[in-house]
Parts: sequence; C-alpha cells; structure tokens
Amino acid sequence: MTSTAEITDTSRALRPHAEQTHADELSALAAADTRTRPQGWRLSPHAVVDYLLGTTLEDGTEITPKYIGARRIAETAVATLATDRALLLLGVPGTAKTWLSEHLAAAVCGDSTLLVQGTAGTSEEAVRYGWNYARLLAEGPSEAALVPGPVMNAMSRGTLARVEELTRMPSEVQDGLITVLSEKSLPVPELGTEVQAGRGFNLIATANDRDRGVNDLSSALRRRFNTVVLPVPDTAEEEVDIVTRRVDQLGRSLQLPEVATSLTEIRRVVTVFRELRAGATEDGSAKVKSPSGTLSTAEAISVVTNGIALSAHFGDGQLRPADIAAGIQGAVVQDRISDGVAWREYLETVARDRDGWDEFYRACREVGA
Amino acid sequence: MPAFDTEGVRVLGVRHHGPGSARAVQAELERLRPEAVLIEGPPEADALLHLAGELEPPVALLVHRTGREARSGGERGGWAFWPFASFSPEWVALRYAVDHGVEARFCDLPAAHSLAERPADTGEPDPPDEGTGPEHTRADPLGALARAAGYDDTERWWDDVVEQRGDGEPSPFPAIQEAMAAVRAETGAGDVRTERREAHMRQVLRSTLRAGYHRVAVVCGAWHAPALHETARHTAKADTALLKGLPRTKVDATWVPWTHGRLAAAGYRAGVTAPGWYHHLFTAPDRPVHRWLTDAARVLRRDEEQAVSSAHVIEGIRLAESLAVLRGRPLAGLEEVREALTAVLCEGKEARAALVHGRLALGERMGSVPDTTPMVPLQRDLAAQRRRLRLKAEPFTRDLDLDLRKESHRERGVLLHRLRVLDVEWGVPRTPEGSHRGTFREAWRLRWEPEMDVALIEAARWGATVEEAAAARLVDLADQADLRGVTALTEQCLLAELDSALPTVLARLTDRAATDGDVTGLMAALPPLARAGRYGDVRRTEGAHLRSVAEGLLRRVCAGLPPALHGLDDDAAARIATLIDHTHHAVTLLDEEPLRTWTTTLATLAGDDRLPGRVAGRLDRILSDAGELDRDTLRRRLARTMSPGTDPARAAAWLEGFLQGSGLVLVHDDTLLDLIDAWLTGLAPERFADVLPLLRRTFGAFAAPERRQIGAAATRVALPAGTASLPLDPERAAPALAAAGVLLTRAAADRSHTPGKATTV
Repeated sequence: MTSTAEITDTSRALRPHAEQTHADELSALAAADTRTRPQGWRLSPHAVVDYLLGTTLEDGTEITPKYIGARRIAETAVATLATDRALLLLGVPGTAKTWLSEHLAAAVCGDSTLLVQGTAGTSEEAVRYGWNYARLLAEGPSEAALVPGPVMNAMSRGTLARVEELTRMPSEVQDGLITVLSEKSLPVPELGTEVQAGRGFNLIATANDRDRGVNDLSSALRRRFNTVVLPVPDTAEEEVDIVTRRVDQLGRSLQLPEVATSLTEIRRVVTVFRELRAGATEDGSAKVKSPSGTLSTAEAISVVTNGIALSAHFGDGQLRPADIAAGIQGAVVQDRISDGVAWREYLETVARDRDGWDEFYRACREVGA
Repeated sequence: MPAFDTEGVRVLGVRHHGPGSARAVQAELERLRPEAVLIEGPPEADALLHLAGELEPPVALLVHRTGREARSGGERGGWAFWPFASFSPEWVALRYAVDHGVEARFCDLPAAHSLAERPADTGEPDPPDEGTGPEHTRADPLGALARAAGYDDTERWWDDVVEQRGDGEPSPFPAIQEAMAAVRAETGAGDVRTERREAHMRQVLRSTLRAGYHRVAVVCGAWHAPALHETARHTAKADTALLKGLPRTKVDATWVPWTHGRLAAAGYRAGVTAPGWYHHLFTAPDRPVHRWLTDAARVLRRDEEQAVSSAHVIEGIRLAESLAVLRGRPLAGLEEVREALTAVLCEGKEARAALVHGRLALGERMGSVPDTTPMVPLQRDLAAQRRRLRLKAEPFTRDLDLDLRKESHRERGVLLHRLRVLDVEWGVPRTPEGSHRGTFREAWRLRWEPEMDVALIEAARWGATVEEAAAARLVDLADQADLRGVTALTEQCLLAELDSALPTVLARLTDRAATDGDVTGLMAALPPLARAGRYGDVRRTEGAHLRSVAEGLLRRVCAGLPPALHGLDDDAAARIATLIDHTHHAVTLLDEEPLRTWTTTLATLAGDDRLPGRVAGRLDRILSDAGELDRDTLRRRLARTMSPGTDPARAAAWLEGFLQGSGLVLVHDDTLLDLIDAWLTGLAPERFADVLPLLRRTFGAFAAPERRQIGAAATRVALPAGTASLPLDPERAAPALAAAGVLLTRAAADRSHTPGKATTV
C-alpha cells in the first residue's frame, strides 16, 4: 500500500490512481491469470497486455481498453519491462505516454504512485533520496534521517518507478539514473551502505521528442532504455473512440452531472483538431493553416470535458456547440496573432460551409474569433 | 488391385520455400536413405537434374514452348518457372539425390500439358503449382487448421508448427499428412487439374517402383501428400484414363538464375515475403535470432553509421525472446526481431529500422548456373560477351557511365543497345549527371531480371549471336514501321552498330520517304541521320552512305516544304518553325552542297508575305544568322512587317519566330531594335494590348541577363531620340549626370565584368 492511499479516502480523491479506478479489473485478471508471472509482478505479461488493450475474461468480466492503438506497441512495452530493461515512451505531446506508463505501473505492480516529475528544477534528491535535516543535525547521518525518493522506494520494494518528462530534467540528474539502471543499486555514501533493487524493480520514463529546450539523453543513459514511440492515432474513428472513452471516465471521476454527450460534438472536435494538425481537410480537398499548438488527443479530451462541465452547470444538460466553442478556441489559439488568423480562416473557409456546422460556426464567431 | 509394393514409399508433404520443411526433409532423407527421390516439378527437366550440383541457388527451372507455337505472333505466356531457393525443400531433396548419387525424378504433370492448356492471353508468368501448398486460397484448408489451433494468421501458424523447427525434432510429415487428409476429406481434393496432377505423380511413382526401386521418397506440396500416400488405392487404369487426351505442346527446359527479389514478388502465389529471413533460418547453424540481430547491428554500423554496441544486440535478443514468450510463440520470429530492431538497436527510430529490416528480410541475392546448362545459342553468346566485357548480371540497380572513346566502354554500350533491340532491357539509358554529358558519353542504369532470360529465349529465333539476332530483329521491325518508326530504328541501328542491318534499314527509310507525303515526318527523320554523321567519328560507322541517304531526304524536304507552309494555324506554325530549326541544324552537319540547296530553298520562301508570321520570322532569322541575308534586306523586311499596314498579331508572331532561341541580335543591331521600338510605341493602345501576351511570351523565354541587356540596349536606342522631349531640368540633373559620368568611366575600366549593368545604372 502506498502512503497516499493511506491518508486519502479513494472515493473522495479528485483523480483516483489507475490501480484504484480499475481495482476490480485488476483483481479479476489476477484471479483468472494462470500464466507464469515474473518475480515481483502482480500479473503475467500476457494479462498486463490484456489489461491495457481490453478483453473479456472467461468468467464474463469485461476488461475495458486503456490504450487504443497497435497491439505490438503494448506488447513491446510489456516485454521490455519483463526483461528488466527500462522503458522509454517517446512521442509528441498528448499521445498517451503518461497514461500508458501509469497503467503499466498499475497492472505490473499495483502501484503507479512512485513518480518523479521531470522539470528544469528537478534535483537529485527528488530522484534518489533526501534528508530529514532536523534529525540529521540532531543524530548525524542515520537511516532514520534518510528520506527516500520515489526511485529508492521502488528499488527497495521491488516495484516500478515512473519518471515523467525525462528530457526536461538537467543532464546531471538524468545521468544519476545510470547506476540505478545498470548496477540496479543506489549507493548511500553518507551511510556507507546501498539500496539494492528488489526483483520486480524497473523504470518507465516518458519523453517528448518535439519540445524545444530539452536536455537530450546521453548515449550512456539512452542505451539502457528500450524505446517505444507512441504514434498519433491513425484514423479519425480511432481518435473519436479515445476521446469518447476518456471523457466518459473523466466525467465520472469529476462527478459531473450526467450530460448527454453527443457523438456529433466529439466527432466535430476531433475533426477540427485533426484537420488543423494535418494542415488539410479530411477529404484532402482544401489546405488550411496549421496553428502553433500540438492539438493532441489529450487536448481534444480536455476541450470536450470542459464543454460538458459548462453544459452541466450553465447549460441545458446537453452538450451543444456553444459549450465547446470557447474551449476549442482556447486550445487552438495559443499565439494570439498567428493562431488567431489560422483559426478565423479555418472558420470562414471550412466550418462555415460545412453541412450541419452552422450552429458551431455561429457559436465560435460569438466567442470572438 | 495394388500391383506394387508401396511399403518403402514415404511421402514428405512440404510447403514450397519453407525452411522448416527443408530442414525436416533433410533429416528425413538422411534417415530413410531412399533409393530414389521424386520431386514435384516438370518431368521435362529430368535431364537437367545432374546439373544441380553446380547450381548456386536461387535458381529456377524454366520450361518454355518451342517450335511453331512459340513463334506465332508476339504472344507471351508460353513459359513457366519453378524457382528453387537454398531453403526450398525441393532443392534440399535435389541436392541430396545428386550428392548421394540417388535416382531423382520430377513427377508433376508435364509442362507440355500445362503450357498447352494455358490460354494464350494470360500475361503474367504464372507457375503451375498454384494451389498446391498452404497458400492454396480456393478453399484455404490450412486456414481452417490454423484457426483450429487458435491462430488467425495461417502463415504464422505454419511457421510456428513447421518452419521454425530446429534440428533433431521428430518428423512432422505423418502429422501433416493426416491433417491434410482430414481437410481433404472435408473440402474435396480439388479440381480436375489437381486430380490430373496427382494422377501423374502416382504414375511416375508406379513406374519408379516398377523400375526396381524400393525405398522411394516423394517430396511434394503438403496438399498432395494424402493422394500419393494412398497410391495403392488408386488403379493405374483410372489414372491413365484421367491423363488421356490432354493437349500438349513442344517444350524445352533449362535452368536460369533467379533472385530473392523475384521470390518475394507480389502476385506469385508460392512466393515468400521474407526470403532473406528464410535463407537465414535455413543457413544459420544455430541461434538464428542472435545471428540476425548481430547482422543487423553490422549493417547499422556500416551503412547507417549508427553506434550500435554488442550491449544493444544482447538487449535486442532479450526483447525479441520475451516478446515471443508473451505472444506464445515457440521462437522469436521475423516480427519479434523487427520490434527489437526498432525499440533497442535503432532506439525508436522507426524509419531507419524499417529500412534496415526491409533490406535484411529480402536479403537480395542472385543465383548462378554453370556453363554446361542447356542454353539457346543467344544466351551463350551473351554470357561470353558479359565475361569478355566484365559486365556482371546483378539483381541490383547500378549506374554505368561509359566513355565511348574507350574501346571497352564502346563495346559495352553497343551490347546494351543491341539487347534493347531484342527487348532485353538490361540497361536503360538515363539522364547523366551534369559533368558527364557529351556525345562521346553514355549513361546507363543496369538491372538484371530473371525474365530477361525468357526474352532472350524468345529472341533466339532471330539469330545465334546478339549481333546477328539484333540485326535480324531490326530489319524485321523496319519492314513494318512507318517513316518515323524507321527513323528511330535507324538511330538505334547506328547506336547498336548493326552494320549488316544498316543498308536494309536505310533502304526502308528511302522507301518510306518516297511514299510518305508528310513533309514534317521527313523533317523529323533528318536530324537523327545527321547526328549519326557525328557519331560516325566516335563510333566509326561508315558515314558516306548515311550522308547520301540524308541528302536524298533533304531534297525531298526542299521540294515538299513550300506548299506545306501555307494555311497553318498558330500551333502548326510553331511546330513547323521548330522543325525547320532542327532541320537547319542537321543540314549544317552535312556537306556544303546540301546546305546550299537548303538555304536557297529558304531564301526563295522568305519574304513571302503570305507565310505565317512565325515561320517568316524564323526563316529570316536563319538566313540572317547564316549570312544569306544582308542587313539592309533584313531591315527592309522588318520595316515592312512592322509597318502599320500589317496586322499587329502577325508582326508579333514574326517577332516571336525571329527572336526564338536568342534575342542577342537586338543588342548588337541598334537599327533593328529601333525599328521594333518605333513599331511598339506607334501601336494604338488597344492593338498594343492585343499583342502584349505574344510579346511577353517571346521575351519571357530569354534568360534574365539577356533581357537585361536588351533593356539596356533599348534605353540606349530610345534616349538620343527622346532626350529633347523629356522635361529635364539641366541644372537639377547636373549632379546626377556627373555621378553617372563617374560611374560610366569606372564601368569602362572593368567592362569585362558587367558591361550591361554599367549602362543601366
């Protein structure tokens, strides 16, 4: 059990962890799982893939798909973890890197909370260990004064640690992971001891390969990872599916009042995002300007969720174009001048003449595009 | 009533080109030590079996029609291939027989029947072993088995169960046979063709047993295994009846080199998608995944210059193996190594991984056949020439640059040209890179395809050597071609140095020229001939005869040209102006006398006001450039064309024809420029608007520096005449004039660099 879970009541959590949300599915899978499990794993690799991609168990339990995309990606990721190689999930923003890493951790060791968020200010203490300074001053270096970081915790418990946005961390902090990954041990020179990783320990890192101002991985660190590149969804249908599922889950966990989410609106948001991202309409007949933002699936999800909240609290309980207009404009127009032009052009040249888009077009104009 | 003892017969049902099947066949043959081996393949090739020891796979048996049928028309499809790769079970059986001195026979239905049955219009060479192996698509029996085993992909199932077998595992053949028998019982044995083929296989088996062999191994497609196993249950009589009265044709068989690329080619039903992988599986003594990824790492280091360490390879193997376990496969397969290549060796770089993977999975290689292989004389001649000229037949695309001044290079070029005449497109001319242009250079792109052997065999009727055949073919083609066709052939004939064909082709050319009333066709025919005069120096072709033919052509052109120039619309006029241009260039390559004839013709034509403007302008330009038209006449003619009485559209067209190609003449002759300038400024506004597009087209075609120079010349011409009328204040202009003066003196100093610019400043 994690310390977080001990002090927070799951039902009151704003955003429960994957292992909490899907506790039923995980236990059902564990019960039905007859294959060999690597040491320290709660499920066999095969069951983990099933958990990620969804299936129906023999006893009729429905396992919902968590990751929608190519099976080989999920399989490669799980197989990597099973060989105790660290896993690097690479992709443009919003391609479900974090999402996949959380669910992997939840399924493999039932704990997705040992997380290091990589930022420019991430220090080595945050990755390895820090000190309880009051104790350190009073008693001198001792194990009791040691405050283990997430990676150290994961090592001693033999579970998975997650590092988000690995490339945003300063290079020297990144390289601190090399010993952890190659020797599978973390020395504590102050105490003259070390923490050796228990079986089941591994690391999942995510990184964004399109950002500027990142610290590229040193080749020494890079070759300790197996790299899996997560693609942008292939088809509009796939993306609509992803958005619909996530919006549904989010709405439940945010306890939004029931809103009739219309597939039309979701499809519309996805279409707008895909067309702007690709720089051309779906039928390929017209070119449009691409705005500077990434317009990822994740942003589409947040636009729709936002729209639902609007509609639930201020609207008529039905997701309408007007509820979406403001959110979609906010997502598209990141740079007021250039993106504003792109968005207005899109509205005037594409949205205006499209069948059934009248209301959406007017709503967007009202927002003040 | 079983007349034979089938006790010693073992039927080995295989998948064509399956490395696992090949291994199993190898082990089984070693164990059985048969006295005779029967292999699915055309019996016509029995006489070629002894060559197997000298062949280097991949090779293919080529069976083609001979005799009258093959010659009737240009119909394709009178042949079939039976490819063998090193990992084909049939090949393994063949090698076993040859190495152990065991009797081997092909037992399939003779190609004489299958080729006779084939409708003449099927284009693709289609191997007659369709529907025999697991790729049998009509009823997909193996699909049913695979689904029963819980696989959704048949290939994969077969790979797992049979192909990825290691050494030393028990024989899979009884199981395969039982499984096939079960499927056949459910879906039926197949159509009449399959029944006939199986009947023939049984017949061969019977005759083998009758010849006194006891232990016989039959290697055939898995589908046929039950039918052969039960030979005793079929009567020879019934089989004979089935095979009676089949159409037959005359065929010949030979071995030809084959390529992995061709094995993998789409549309070929017994094809395999990854011959490189299969070859690797079959040839690697052990640990195929280890070796494969090590090879991939070497390729990455060598070709992609990526630092890939042994640690990468180790982790790649671990990932591939753990993926295989996760997917429940007995061994890591092609897909697993691909994921490992992407995720570990290429560190997520999908495109690079795909490139390397594709290259390795195909593993392009080409087999070879010994000199003793039966070949048509043409093939033999080509092989000899290849050796002499050190040109290797390779399945890769390779660029070849030839310098025709070198003897060996010239001969290579000639050979490639000759082959092209025979429709063997081994070399295709390509546009050479910048510095390699020139009449004494040739640029080729080479790539040998196995089908080219077929083309050679088809061309065999034309002669015994490449030269002879190409000449005969060329003459034949020339007999049927029209004027333009014959012209092209003449050029080919010269390039291919087919001296023996040249007189005939030239005679045809003269004939066509005499009967062809279209003067444009004649004019198009002239330039290649004249060019040939130039080649004459490099290629040492006899030029005198050529020139006389060209002169004959020219006389006809001169006679036919005047009436052809009237009543033309703009497009036709433009076309004929270009043709006149080309002809003129061609004529300058000939002697003086024809040149005089030509210019005289042009001179009498020029000055005729009824000619289309475009043509008239062009004629004037050609004559003026050739020094046949003095300045005064030219100016008079220009003045007349540009006078108000002439339609401005015609004047503009004249200008276009006159200036076509280069406008520099205007820079050097102020009078001309002045006339044009005066005409332009004198045009009524609406007429000016009319001719503007034409003028733009004319001047727009010039290069920018040329336009700049014309512009500079125009200001020079216009200024003296117009200075007075310009509202200039001499006092205020003085500083500018002084500055211009300084610039001009400075410009005079370095005029060698930018004479044009100085004046525009």
